[in-house]
Amino acid sequence: MAGALWCVVEDDRKGMPKKVMAEALGEAARLGGPVEAVWLTDKADDAGLQQLGEWGATKVWLLQHEGLAPYRGEVWAPVVADLAAKETPKAILAPVTSRQREFMARLAARLGVGLAADSVALALEGDRLVATRPVYAGKLLSKVTWAKQPWLATLRPNVFRPAEVQAGRSAQVERPPVTLPAAQMKLVERREEVSTGLPELTEAEIVLSGGRGMKGPENYVILEELGGVVGAAVGASRAAVDAGWRPHRFQIGQTGRTISPKLYMGFGVSGAIQHLAGMRTSKVIVAVNKDPEAPIFKIADYGIVADLFEVVPEMTTEFKRLLEK
Amino acid sequence: MKILVAIKQVPDTATQVKISGDPKAIETSGITWIISPYDEFAVEEALRIKEKRGQGDVVAVSLGPDRVKEALRSALAMGADRAVHVNDPALAGADTLLTARALAAVVKQESPALVICGRQAIDDDMGAVGAQLAELLGWPCASWIMEETVDADAKTVRVGRQVEGGLEVFDLPLPAVLSAQKGLNEPRYPTLKGIMGAKKKEIKDVKAADLALGDAAPQLTVTTLEALPPRPPGRIIQGEVKDAVKELVRALREDAKVI
Repeated sequence: MAGALWCVVEDDRKGMPKKVMAEALGEAARLGGPVEAVWLTDKADDAGLQQLGEWGATKVWLLQHEGLAPYRGEVWAPVVADLAAKETPKAILAPVTSRQREFMARLAARLGVGLAADSVALALEGDRLVATRPVYAGKLLSKVTWAKQPWLATLRPNVFRPAEVQAGRSAQVERPPVTLPAAQMKLVERREEVSTGLPELTEAEIVLSGGRGMKGPENYVILEELGGVVGAAVGASRAAVDAGWRPHRFQIGQTGRTISPKLYMGFGVSGAIQHLAGMRTSKVIVAVNKDPEAPIFKIADYGIVADLFEVVPEMTTEFKRLLEK
Repeated sequence: MKILVAIKQVPDTATQVKISGDPKAIETSGITWIISPYDEFAVEEALRIKEKRGQGDVVAVSLGPDRVKEALRSALAMGADRAVHVNDPALAGADTLLTARALAAVVKQESPALVICGRQAIDDDMGAVGAQLAELLGWPCASWIMEETVDADAKTVRVGRQVEGGLEVFDLPLPAVLSAQKGLNEPRYPTLKGIMGAKKKEIKDVKAADLALGDAAPQLTVTTLEALPPRPPGRIIQGEVKDAVKELVRALREDAKVI
């Protein structure tokens, strides 16, 4: 409906919305709604539609077509822009993922409106929306506002409070006709990464990060073991990635992934500015480092000055004991 | 084959940034400026395409005040053939969309077969200009690319784009826009010969009026910059490793309630 807050659905490509959608839908409700989801997909599970309703969407615009997968910005942008022209939403929100970042930028250009990417707070001030975004390697916060609606923003995962599940609530499902422009991009193949069995870095609620102090690629197994116990993703600092110990997709920091977990624990990470840029909005920060002067201790909530190779196995044992209770 | 590389000059990560008297801007004196690291990958990739093909024209383009010439000069020293400097105070408060509009106008004048930019600039981290430029031009776009091959006829480019959980390989017809992710290549350092040669290369100055932008009002504006709220003081847990770990786990569970 006119004046609604739209949330673009990020899904698992198998018919279910990702958990991060609870955050976007929760924020849209806090901003006063009406909360509506827009889902572009080749397959939508009924359970997925139900899930969006339980997270607070009153309506789901289901744009279903085999040509919408794999994601291509040139195909997605006109489809959503056409619907937005008809339905005039007040805002369009999406979680930060690699494809949503590109898609929302393209959509903003098509609609001729502003985009606040990677926002960490949204607030209505009178009749305008103000977004807060970390800038300059997270050293400052920038507040931005839009010249006109719809306001487009992407939301950093794990920052916004997720909507509470309201069991049994369902969304009205609208299936507008989908006309796709001819696609210029052709998918050749998709190469899946070897799964670590641990959560994805940007989505994980707990992240363990190993820096130069890990001494070599063979030692990350102790972090993975701890990660398996507490359900954490395992990342690395730039120093460790540049040394070839971990692939780039595990890098946390300015030229890697930006994360904002509930709990970040750095092991042998010194805390260079470019690393802090990628993790300083974490809620609780733990640092373990032999060097008491390591800069990471300045932003840590808890620190242990000791050899990580003594601390990590001890933590694994202790968490195992605690979580088995 | 002509390749346009869009670069941005940004404060070095290690530089201290302070909010200036104008709360919307940072204090620019005393800042060390660099080419945004992702844009260096873009310059490098353009040069590699040219070298592999044995011919081509690499044009670096940037928006910003006079100081931006230095960044363009660095790109020329790396090996770019010439540069375009969009230098107009009317564009000082440009958002990503206005920047993309200005670049689209430059692209129309230059008619490159390929535009490469960095995944995002490390000052405002918007990461939007490449995709917006593609939208304005009606070109396909692949963001966060980790690998790239232009075919022999320069008709298509095959790219691997990083997504959560994997890499998607696409064929794009040219012209197209690509944005570089870390891992695409290792940027070269300018040689002394390159630095000397760069002084003789052309940097063309362009004003907003030359680009026929019309309305140059940004759609997104900064209202204020703020310092980070201070984090509560941290606590170093002392004692034997075994005891310290026990206490840390207890604190995470009972005080911080994060596990």
